[in-house]
Amino acid sequence: MDLWNAIVIGFKEIWSHKFRSILTMLGIILGVSSLVAMSALVKGMENGMKEALVAIGGLEKVRVEQQDIPLYQRHLEDQAIGSTIHDVYALQRSAPLIKLVTPEMRVMPGGGWGGGGTLITHGIKSVRDRVQLVGTWPSAIEMNQHVIEHGRMFNEVDDDNAWNVCVIGTGIRDQLFGSPEEVGHEIIPLGDYINVNNQPFRIIGMFQRYESEQDRKLRELERDMPKVTQTGPERRRGWGGSGRGGPNSWVYSWKNATIYIPLNTMWIKFRSGGYGSNSIPDPRLSSLYVKVADIDLLEPALQQAKNVMMHTHKGIEDFAFQTQENWSESITTSIRNARMSGGFISAISLLVGGIGIMNIMLASITERIREIGIRKAIGATFADVFVQILIESLVIAVLGGFAGIAASYGLVHLLTVMSPTENTPVITVDSLVLAFIFSGFVGILAGLFPAFKAARLDPIQALRYE
Amino acid sequence: MSLVELRNVSKIYHLGGEEIRALDDVSLDIEGGEFISIIGPSGSGKSTLMHILGCLDSPTRGTIQLDGTMIHNASTKELAGIRNRKIGFVFQFFNLLPKLTVLQNVELPMVYSGISSGDRKTRAMEALKMVDLENRSKHRPMQLSGGQQQRVAIARALVNSPKIVFADEPTGNLDSHTGEAILELFRRLSQEGRTIALVTHDPEIAAVTPRRIEIRDGKIAKQVDAKLAGLDRKIPETAPAN
Ligand SMILES: Nc1ncnc2c1ncn2[C@@H]1O[C@H](COP(=O)(O)OP(=O)(O)O)[C@@H](O)[C@H]1O
Ligand SMILES: [Mg+2]
Repeated sequence: MDLWNAIVIGFKEIWSHKFRSILTMLGIILGVSSLVAMSALVKGMENGMKEALVAIGGLEKVRVEQQDIPLYQRHLEDQAIGSTIHDVYALQRSAPLIKLVTPEMRVMPGGGWGGGGTLITHGIKSVRDRVQLVGTWPSAIEMNQHVIEHGRMFNEVDDDNAWNVCVIGTGIRDQLFGSPEEVGHEIIPLGDYINVNNQPFRIIGMFQRYESEQDRKLRELERDMPKVTQTGPERRRGWGGSGRGGPNSWVYSWKNATIYIPLNTMWIKFRSGGYGSNSIPDPRLSSLYVKVADIDLLEPALQQAKNVMMHTHKGIEDFAFQTQENWSESITTSIRNARMSGGFISAISLLVGGIGIMNIMLASITERIREIGIRKAIGATFADVFVQILIESLVIAVLGGFAGIAASYGLVHLLTVMSPTENTPVITVDSLVLAFIFSGFVGILAGLFPAFKAARLDPIQALRYE
Repeated sequence: MSLVELRNVSKIYHLGGEEIRALDDVSLDIEGGEFISIIGPSGSGKSTLMHILGCLDSPTRGTIQLDGTMIHNASTKELAGIRNRKIGFVFQFFNLLPKLTVLQNVELPMVYSGISSGDRKTRAMEALKMVDLENRSKHRPMQLSGGQQQRVAIARALVNSPKIVFADEPTGNLDSHTGEAILELFRRLSQEGRTIALVTHDPEIAAVTPRRIEIRDGKIAKQVDAKLAGLDRKIPETAPAN
């Protein structure tokens, strides 16, 4: 018997028991749709995490941190000068595997270096906490994946002259001038002055608003819809406007809270302003970022940078490289875990679906013992009957697979509607193919035993069967 | 060499320690083109004999040759092939597949012999023409009368041009008038040169065939052959086995 005939017979069998077949398929439908939906959720999660990783500067960005001097060099502690602008120049000169070097200098309240209690005011409004006030070079834009939406970044001239200019993130604007949501229109405070630790700075540029793809969509959706009147006391939802978003939203609010000023301005206006215990100009940078030219050459590039810096640091290893590899690895791990548990659940529901198919196939061959006897009497072989039953089982499973794929689109849509703050689930072709193959596999597996039972029937017994 | 040669065939069943000899040392020849009946009371072993002759069952002892092939020790797969190409069955309860149309039922043996669907249709229509049912090809078996259903079954038995057709009580489920018509059809097919074996418990039906083999308790009790001994003259069994 040819295969086509067997498939046609399979469809006829299913058609003649429509309700029963649909009930049977339900198991496969659930299994397939949960498999696809799970993997879509995981994919969405992965996209969100990768998006955040890129927003923070990508894997190519490596921070050079200060580090305690190793024990065997402790006696040289007074000669350890930390990272300085000379490191930046040296790296630019002698480390060709490093594409970009950007220095960063931060102030600390009451002397010292770092971030924290910077006070920024405009009129009566002020921001204090979580401001990222950074003195840096224009290349910080490229290093940290910033986009200037209004105005411009400061340039070498601003830096050379140590002018009081700044470029701000929208989070700062929201706090000092009002967010578009509160004001009703977008305020672009170019040319306005703000006070940074009591010194006036002119705003010459503003970054775009950083947010995850998901948050942006949500915000646009809300803007297009009539505003829901808020009940209860007015409340602010966290820093930087949204306060929504997944576990990586801190990346975006952190970026939105940035204020960039020229490195020299930072150095002269704040460092020489009497902070610290001595008044000797200290060229120490709080941190230093390098971007490697090629992520595949991360290892040699860092070795190169280390060699250069060991030289400028007179052999004292008071620095270390901090990569995003850990983060990237933890993304990979959590994705793998999510995929595993999702796959496990789906596999169980597919298994249950398979048991349903086997059950119905067993019932079906019991009903058709006489038919099988007749077929054998007129010449059907063991293989003919075996293949026929197996294909019937496969047809149920594959139809269920198709229906399951259709259902998975509905399921994913439902998930998106129910919980819009999560990363948008993305249905991948891979998961569709996988789910489909799995349903076929389950169909064959479930059909094996009934097919064997049917094919082994003795035609005489089968013909005598009432 | 005869078309069918049965030598010392026995079929023994064991039921709870008891031995049932459904066939007991049967030897029998059937020539090509013969029209025979196998007759005997219920339980005498007619069906068992037919199943063994028809390759549905294997004997416990003895040898069988069918159309040049020794089938008593053939594999189930070989037996299926022989049933498909060399043997046609007609059953008491028609045994048509209710979900298929008349035409599809007749096509079924050819499905298992790997004939293309175009050829299947034309040959199935020819077979239906032989039993005067070509205008019912699209009907379902349930839409036909008993006699018509049995004619469809006969068409199905003939469609692969078998060497021999076995009919087990083909009129047993029909009224006498319709039964007559079916027997008439068998006689016509026999005259066209086909080999047909009727299995029946009814002497009146057996009287239709020139040669009659009477079975009792699994043994051949006597054989009557009109050709050899003149019309309807009973002759004693030629070679009693024991
Ligand atoms: N599968 C079987 N198991 C046990 N006994 C059987 C089986 N098939 C047939 N028999 C016995 O063999 C004998 C012959 O049966 P059968 O050939 O069907 O008789 P008939 O067709 O002449 O009525 C009967 O006694 C029957 O009970
Ligand atoms: Mg019988």
